[in-house]
Amino acid sequence: MKRALLFLPLLVAVAIGVVLFWGLGNDPTKLESARINDPVPAFSLPSLQDPTKLLSQEDIKGKVSLLNVWATWCPSCRVEHPYLLKIAKEYNVPVIGLNYKDDRQAAKQWLIKLDDPYLFNIFDEKGRLGLDLGVYGAPETYIIDSKGVVRYRHVGVVDDRVWKIIIEPRVKQYTNEG
Amino acid sequence: MMKKILIILLALMSTNAFSIDTLEFDTNAQRVQFQVLTEELRCPKCQNQNIADSNAPIAIDLRNEVHRMILEGNNEDQVIDFMVERYGDFVVYKPKFDTSTYLLWLGPAFIAFLGFIIVFVTARKKRQPASRAANVNELSQEEKKKLNTILSEKEKV
Repeated sequence: MKRALLFLPLLVAVAIGVVLFWGLGNDPTKLESARINDPVPAFSLPSLQDPTKLLSQEDIKGKVSLLNVWATWCPSCRVEHPYLLKIAKEYNVPVIGLNYKDDRQAAKQWLIKLDDPYLFNIFDEKGRLGLDLGVYGAPETYIIDSKGVVRYRHVGVVDDRVWKIIIEPRVKQYTNEG
Repeated sequence: MMKKILIILLALMSTNAFSIDTLEFDTNAQRVQFQVLTEELRCPKCQNQNIADSNAPIAIDLRNEVHRMILEGNNEDQVIDFMVERYGDFVVYKPKFDTSTYLLWLGPAFIAFLGFIIVFVTARKKRQPASRAANVNELSQEEKKKLNTILSEKEKV
């Protein structure tokens, strides 16, 4: 018994080592959203394409969809854009845009030039909805279930790897939940 | 000459101080409240700065939001709750005490307590062999008798 006790410090050191090593792989800049399992906050904002058309949280319900936060001032959004096109066109998952603190004209131009993956775009000029959602930088992509509840947030560029490993399995899971 | 350069340099540096405070408040209490809050709230983008120090766009937005809420008459708890609701416990440098944070609050005290216990127990253990040795030196009545008989026998021889 006494001998076994001598190994205790070693065990503790190994345990701490394992925890710290596991922590090395975590990216501290990626935060879990505080809105997980909350409904999308209520909002009333114009559509990007049509300033007279008002959109609300009701427009996001009905089907599992991606809510993508983007802006023309965000270089990573340009990197991400082709993947969003692929997701919308090849995988048939609705992608809703949240045009965040942007210039309407520039954003429209961007969609003409780079093609438009979005079902529709919410024009959040002041960043109010962004603030309510807890957006802290673009791009961010939220998975919203058919009841309009935020289920997951990915911070950063969505690419093939992120889609395959993180987003696609979740979209399937939430779709099956109904 | 040197003095003039110094004065110009100092004047240039002081612009830093001017640029920070452009928000207006009704009362001085509100200004103090704002300063306390922006120093307690952590910037989600530049994670080692509070929102008072950071110039990231999100920090500016959050500062404006704090400013708006203070002018509307919200108290500190309301502002903190508003931020935590949106950005999670991450956004406060001083997290609230609840079921998810009790380990964070009590952990250090618990580990210190554990340390004291370990030190106490080891210290006691170390002392025990010494006291046992002291016991060995003292003979029981029986042993004394035995010793006396042995000694007396020796004398006889």
